[in-house]
Amino acid sequence: MDERIPGWLITLTASLSLFIMVFLIYFLVQEGIPTLREVSLKELLLNFDWYPTEEPPALGMAPLIVGSMTVTLLSAVMAVPFSFLIAIFLSEVAPSWFREILKPALELLGFLPSIVLGFLGMVVLAPWLQERFDLLSGLNLFNASLLMGAMIVPIVASLAEESLQAVPRELRDACYALGSTRWETIRKVVLPAALPGLLSASLLGIMRALGETMVVLMAAGGAALVPISIFDPVRPLTSAIAAEMGETPVGSAHYHALFFAGLLLLAMTLGINLVSMWIEKKGKERWMA
Amino acid sequence: MKKSAIALALAATLSLVGSAFAGDLVIKGSTTVLPIAQSAAEKFMESNSDVAITVSGGGSGNGIKAIIDGTTDVANASRFIKNKEVSAAVENGTYPVPFAVAMDALIPVVHPSNRIKDLSIEQLKKIYKGEITNWKEVGGADAKIAVVGRDTSSGTYEVWESKIMNKDRVTQRALVVASNGAMVQTVAKNKLAIGYIGLGYLDKSVNALTVGGIEGTVKSVLDGDYPVSRYLYMFTKGWPTGDTLKFINFVLSDAGQEIVGNTGYIPLR
Repeated sequence: MDERIPGWLITLTASLSLFIMVFLIYFLVQEGIPTLREVSLKELLLNFDWYPTEEPPALGMAPLIVGSMTVTLLSAVMAVPFSFLIAIFLSEVAPSWFREILKPALELLGFLPSIVLGFLGMVVLAPWLQERFDLLSGLNLFNASLLMGAMIVPIVASLAEESLQAVPRELRDACYALGSTRWETIRKVVLPAALPGLLSASLLGIMRALGETMVVLMAAGGAALVPISIFDPVRPLTSAIAAEMGETPVGSAHYHALFFAGLLLLAMTLGINLVSMWIEKKGKERWMA
Repeated sequence: MKKSAIALALAATLSLVGSAFAGDLVIKGSTTVLPIAQSAAEKFMESNSDVAITVSGGGSGNGIKAIIDGTTDVANASRFIKNKEVSAAVENGTYPVPFAVAMDALIPVVHPSNRIKDLSIEQLKKIYKGEITNWKEVGGADAKIAVVGRDTSSGTYEVWESKIMNKDRVTQRALVVASNGAMVQTVAKNKLAIGYIGLGYLDKSVNALTVGGIEGTVKSVLDGDYPVSRYLYMFTKGWPTGDTLKFINFVLSDAGQEIVGNTGYIPLR
């Protein structure tokens, strides 16, 4: 009897959190779908005018979607190679005492509140960028992506390092026994073996960037337009939701549209998640073979 | 021991729920007026502990709708009631009564290094429409203009929209910031920027512009000379009585108007 209690408790907590998740999704769908009564899906996704408080409202989310994607992609492009280098250094090159210090330090960096980064971008990075590149404003795609990159480096690097560590010792030893140098071992054995893990580490970082709000709200400039240069301002979905939700009349088309934006974000994250799961599965299959 | 703790927690929760529903006075509406209503309600409840006030936002339209439906005692509004709304209320048997409680004014601001001192409404409109893109077109240095605006859903934007833009769209290239504070930060850090803020947020880090030669001050706003300003209202369901009357009187009293000034708006006297 007593032994069964922990089992029950775990089942109960697990189903409770599952229930909350389902409820959240239900709520998002319930509040988001009514937008489609006022505007067609095509207009929502493909129209480039976001003037939500006009009468009638212009609810084209295309610039917001593009904004989210460009910030996320650019930050990933900047952060992922850098993170991999850190991971390789930590796992394969650094002496173990140094690793013991650097790894926790890196993980600590990951806890830096994003509002601190956003503030840094606003008061330090933006004026410098403007001065340096002679721009209209330093609050732009590049600024936000750089900060976001800095934010996801600790996450990606730490996860990537773990997947490098998971490569069996024997593989390396065998490679050294054949007379390979350290660099050859890393390049030809360790990296290919850890590839699925490295990819899912990057995808987790990308997911984090996609959902990040504070940094883009403060540093991305907030103009709802499709960027042509990396120094153009953007307005990602997250910052539109954060900035506009508080002032929106409950039940209006604008209100529902913001929930719809939340649904879009959820769908994108879900997509990335599925890809990452698929990669992991592929990796495991290869291991078995 | 455990049981009594649970009972205590339960009792505490129940009493919390109880007090949240007891609200003798319900205030709803404009988020622009919300800070005034909130601090006024807090101060009012200090001296009238028997009255519980519930304050929430939702926008002017929602506040007035709640007056029509009879679900609120006081509706905050950053605009006057529309004819359609008055007739809807009268049909429902209520008569909304307006009380102007404060004034709100917007000041165009630029970086301290900018030598522009004055812009007309027409010039401001063209800058925000994206038709004027260089400071030299309005008498300044040969440099591009970085237009900074507010979120379209904010009350601040509403004033700018109605007093300056007059049905025209703000250019998509305009930077958008989420608060008065962020606006001051952004303009103070950008030599090319122009922005606008509530009078109460003006400080030395930015330069205030005059509009059509008129400086935005408490006096020029109250005299009706300064063009980028508006009244803020509280509407009541019929002529106020009881606690509603007491609250409205409090907001209009010296103590209430002092709160108006402290929240960044312009007191009526």
